[in-house]
Amino acid sequence: MDIMETIKGQIEQNTIILYMKGSPNAPQCGFSMRASQAIMDCGQRFAYVDVISNPDIRTNLPQYGNWPTFPQLWVKGELVGGCDIITEMHESGELKPLLDSAAESAPAEE
Amino acid sequence: MNVEQSIQKKIIESVSPDYLEVINESHNHNVPENSETHFKVVAVTEQFEGLARVRRHQLLYQILSEELQGGVHALSLHLFTPLEWQERQKQTATSPLCMGGS
Repeated sequence: MDIMETIKGQIEQNTIILYMKGSPNAPQCGFSMRASQAIMDCGQRFAYVDVISNPDIRTNLPQYGNWPTFPQLWVKGELVGGCDIITEMHESGELKPLLDSAAESAPAEE
Repeated sequence: MNVEQSIQKKIIESVSPDYLEVINESHNHNVPENSETHFKVVAVTEQFEGLARVRRHQLLYQILSEELQGGVHALSLHLFTPLEWQERQKQTATSPLCMGGS
């Protein structure tokens, strides 16, 4: 499948998805660690993709989202932002309601 | 002109900030001495008024696309309107430490 189609599918099929370096349990970059911790703090389930082990996604996602760096948080098909924005929204109390309402509106899992 | 100066120049020319700070944080990371790979930018300008956070960042990424395609590996952006900057009492988060990944 075309890589752009793969990315599109991931973003459409996962209400909350974080593209990061490493995994939430073993992040490989301080920015990815901070972002994934903020999201975990909010208590909703989320999908993640490790871009270090998926070099095609690492190369092509920046173009797809017009966003050159990682991590990247996508919620309901929209780019929310990277580490700075996630941290800011977490501190201001905006992140949890955003993720809660996204999770609520998500189709029930099978 | 080094990368730090070119980042400063481009931001000043593009959004004429009231306040601008470009900090080379490369020494916190796993790179050779005197590298210009990791930067933190604090910019305050009226031009961010009405722009969502994600759009402000995209604007800066566009302004600094050459630097990002070159050697700049991490760019932490703290972008505020003058009012937001005042409300935050001129504070920004510190950047996280490096964890050795590329």
